[in-house]
Amino acid sequence: MDFLAQVRWSPYVVGAGIGILSWLSFLIIKKPLGCSTAFAKTSGIIEKKIRGRHVALKPYYDKIKLEIDWQWMLVLGIVFGALISALLSGDFRLQWVPSLWLSSFGNTPVLRVFVALLGGILLGFGARWADGCTSGHGISGTLQLAVSSWISAIAFFVGGIIMAHILFRIIGG
Amino acid sequence: MSEKTKQAKAQKSHAWSPLAWGLILGILFGFLLQKGGVTNYDVILGQLLLTDFTVVKIMLTAVLVGMIGIFTMKSFGWVSLSIKPGSWGINGVGGLIFGLGFAILGYCPGTIAGAIGNGYLDALVGGLAGILIGTGLFAALYPKLRTGILAKGDFGDITIPKLLKVNDWVVVIPVAVLILTLLIWLETSGL
Repeated sequence: MDFLAQVRWSPYVVGAGIGILSWLSFLIIKKPLGCSTAFAKTSGIIEKKIRGRHVALKPYYDKIKLEIDWQWMLVLGIVFGALISALLSGDFRLQWVPSLWLSSFGNTPVLRVFVALLGGILLGFGARWADGCTSGHGISGTLQLAVSSWISAIAFFVGGIIMAHILFRIIGG
Repeated sequence: MSEKTKQAKAQKSHAWSPLAWGLILGILFGFLLQKGGVTNYDVILGQLLLTDFTVVKIMLTAVLVGMIGIFTMKSFGWVSLSIKPGSWGINGVGGLIFGLGFAILGYCPGTIAGAIGNGYLDALVGGLAGILIGTGLFAALYPKLRTGILAKGDFGDITIPKLLKVNDWVVVIPVAVLILTLLIWLETSGL
């Protein structure tokens, strides 16, 4: 069982494992793996708690119902799965500032958290606009050869590569 | 027990099992993401800066294995595809916005859940809050966007084989060969 305590597995082993998970998802739940809808539901549920029942009447929440579904549980499961893996290998650590960020922008947690918040807003907004994320389009959709998902996956990386270079080669370079 | 309550009970237990399966698949997914290193900001930014190809290696291998399995099971009639409809407005524009956010945050919706499990507080405090705000903003703007930019260049829920009007395998096999070639090239070039 030593392999469970390893910090890293080969990306090919991990990738093949995720591919097999996609088979299970199609066979058992009859749906492909996806993560971003769960965040949109959570956002709607929180807003409904604060602002009242009329929030659920928004047209978007007619499209994605405001209820806990299997994908919500999937995202919750990811938190636990990553926690178990990190604890087994000793890779768990409470960390505010990632080391790459630190090397360009310094060790101030407030700055990193503020930028993460801005990035999260764009990511969440974009994930709903594109109707999927790196899991739903990038893996589940592309493996079904969906046209919408191949266009999305390419756009994710084009946008990501451009912004990463602006951040680390121009602003932080 | 009357027929009606029996039915209701059967429906209820049926409704529970996808939730339980979702949790189980999620735990496995999160475990794999963490072991792959992609719950880590540095690994994701390394990919977007084109210095570390871990993310692409994992995604391409998952697509290769997933695609061959899903299309084989589809041939046997065990599964049916679940294709998202799309348009250039949805996938092209939305994809670019997502990409910008992806680089600024350094996690995506799946890996941020893993990053939180890994103990990364920028993901929990900044990123998660941001995603919830961003998805809420989209829900607020959706009625305006729906009839505008989201409808531009609509192509529906089509697959590449359908677009080319060929058998699935005419596309699956070349895509599999292409992915394998790309992975071998990445490995031999030391990336």
